[in-house]
Formats: sequence, C-alpha cells, structure tokens
Amino acid sequence: MEWHITLKLFATLRAYIPADAEQYAIAPGTTVADIVRDLDIPVKDAKLIFINNIRRELETPLQDGDRLGIFPPVGGG
Amino acid sequence: MENPDLSAQLAQAARDARRPDGTGYRSLSSASVDRLALRFDLSHNQIEQAGLAIGILPERYARNMTSLNLQDQQRLLGSTACIVGVGGLGGSVAETLARIGVGHLRLVDGDHFEDSNLNRQRFARAATIGKPKVDAARESIAAINPAVEITTWAENLSTANGESIVAGADIAIDCLDTLSARQALQTVCRRRAIPMVSAAVAGVSGQLTVIYPEDEGLAALYGDLASAPDRGAEKTLGNLPFTVNLLASLECSEAVKVLLGRRETLRGRLLIFDLTDLSFDMIQLAAS
Repeated sequence: MEWHITLKLFATLRAYIPADAEQYAIAPGTTVADIVRDLDIPVKDAKLIFINNIRRELETPLQDGDRLGIFPPVGGG
Repeated sequence: MENPDLSAQLAQAARDARRPDGTGYRSLSSASVDRLALRFDLSHNQIEQAGLAIGILPERYARNMTSLNLQDQQRLLGSTACIVGVGGLGGSVAETLARIGVGHLRLVDGDHFEDSNLNRQRFARAATIGKPKVDAARESIAAINPAVEITTWAENLSTANGESIVAGADIAIDCLDTLSARQALQTVCRRRAIPMVSAAVAGVSGQLTVIYPEDEGLAALYGDLASAPDRGAEKTLGNLPFTVNLLASLECSEAVKVLLGRRETLRGRLLIFDLTDLSFDMIQLAAS
C-alpha cells in the first residue's frame, strides 16, 4: 500500500524539496523523522513541524493525504 | 483631565470636518495642539487626550477612524509599548506605532547603525551611520508625532536589566535578531506579566506570534531553547526589506489588538509565510 502526502519545506529547507513534493509517496507508518532522514534534511533544521496546520513532532506518524510543513529556525530582525 | 479652561480652549480650537464618507467629526489641527501645549504647559499627549475625552479628534489621527473610535485612540495614547531591538523590525514598528498614536514608546537597543543596516532599517541613513540606533529613532519619531513620549535604553536587554525596562509596559514587541535575546525578553516579560508580540525573518520568509506569560512561548517555535542555535536561516538568506516591513506591520496590527483588548490575536497560533510562492500558513501551536 502506498500513501501520498503534500510536502512543503520553507526558507533554507527549500533546497531539499523533492520533485514530487505535491504527491510525495510514503509507506504507512512513516514518521516525519523518516522523511527528514530520507531527504537528507539536517535534523537540527527541522525544528518547526506542522501537519495539516497543527504543530507536531519528529516522531509523529503521517496519514494518507496529510500536508506536512517543515520550517527551520529563523531569527532575523 | 478636569480643566474647564482647557476644555473651553479645545472646543474653541476645534473645527467641523468630514470624513471621505461624508460623516462629520470635530477636528483639532496639529498647530492647535502645539499652541495649547505651550499655553497650558502640558505635553502634546495630554492635550490630545483632553481633546479626545470631550469628543475632539486630533486631525493627525483622522484616517484611523472609524477602524479605531475615539475611545480606542485615547486608550492607545495612554498605552506603553516596549520595542526591543530598533533595527529592521523595530524601526518600522516604532514609526508605525507612533503614527497610529501609541502614546508611550520605550526603545531598547545597544547597537549603532552600520552600512549593512541600510537595506532595511527605517532609521539607518547615511547621516546616522555610527550613531546609536535609539538616538536616531527618538529624533525621527519626535519629528513625526510629538504626542509620543519616548524613553530610550542604549543597551541590549538582558535578564539582568530587562525587568526594570519592561515593568509597567502594556506590551513588549520582540524586534530582536538572536534567540538568546528573545529568550531574555520572554523571561522578563513572564516575570512582569507582560504580553509580547514576537516575529522573526529569514530572506523572504517570516513568522509571527503573540505570547502571554503563561504560554509555552518560544519553545513552541524553536524547540529546546538551551540547545537551539542563536541565529537561524537568516545567516544564509539575509533580511530583505519588504519581508521585514511586512512582518513589522503585522506585529503592529497584533500589538494594537492586544492594547485594545480585541480578540482574535495570534495567541496560540503562528503565522508562517514564504513570499517565494506567496504561501501564508496559520499553525496551531498547541496540539489539540
């Protein structure tokens, strides 16, 4: 079985956006941490994680159709 | 203010005026505020508040109406906002709050202007390079709205000096550029029970939230604060002026809502945007 999510990466993480981010295939049980690892995103930059616009954790498992966003720490002013 | 003589003079100085929609109001010119402040030996802020109390609107706030009413305007004139960091965000926030009529501004920044500030910082000009940021800001704001009473600290806020700086303020506005400084501000705001608006920029991205003393606060944005880096993606992406000004405007909008006790602030939520594809996302911070 294959699920699909929408993947959105912000700011410096845009460099890691895969070509199929709009329909990113995952296996059931995949967590945010799995995706971060598979895309070679530095874990220290995956600070702010949100799924369907609610803040979640690295360990959170994804569901079919989820919209995952990852925002790095930003601090400029 | 109970001063029948002043009330009579205000009533005499006021003129009938109309808004673009045709509705009428009593208007007080800036020149009249100047003159009455001098005559009664009162501050511009006091004269304007005395006018508002009897239904006379200082004309400089005419276009705030009717999104703000006379009571709102009076409340803003009596409010104190502590702007921490007077660089990109802070310069624009200070100017905007001065123009809308927040009557007391505290400006906190230990830095001097340098060339690399010129791309975005409101009060950085060729002539202010090398000057303390708070001094340049004070001069400009006084020239924009003399009813704003300005207090400056030419030092960076820390947990040691911060409590006395924020004490008694109605709101603190985080216009800082390091996580350690933001953390210090949050700490002193918690100790003094002061709400804060917090924003941060990186390139064409930004984030914004409103934090009350009892909230999870910055840890919801940056994870474990002790291990988080002091600077973020802006190290690589820089700080673009339109991103900074957009966020500064949004900070002011939230600050005014907090000052006026309005609902529907960003408390408990985080606005994240990326201008690359014009995406604006509202994130619920507390998992439901």
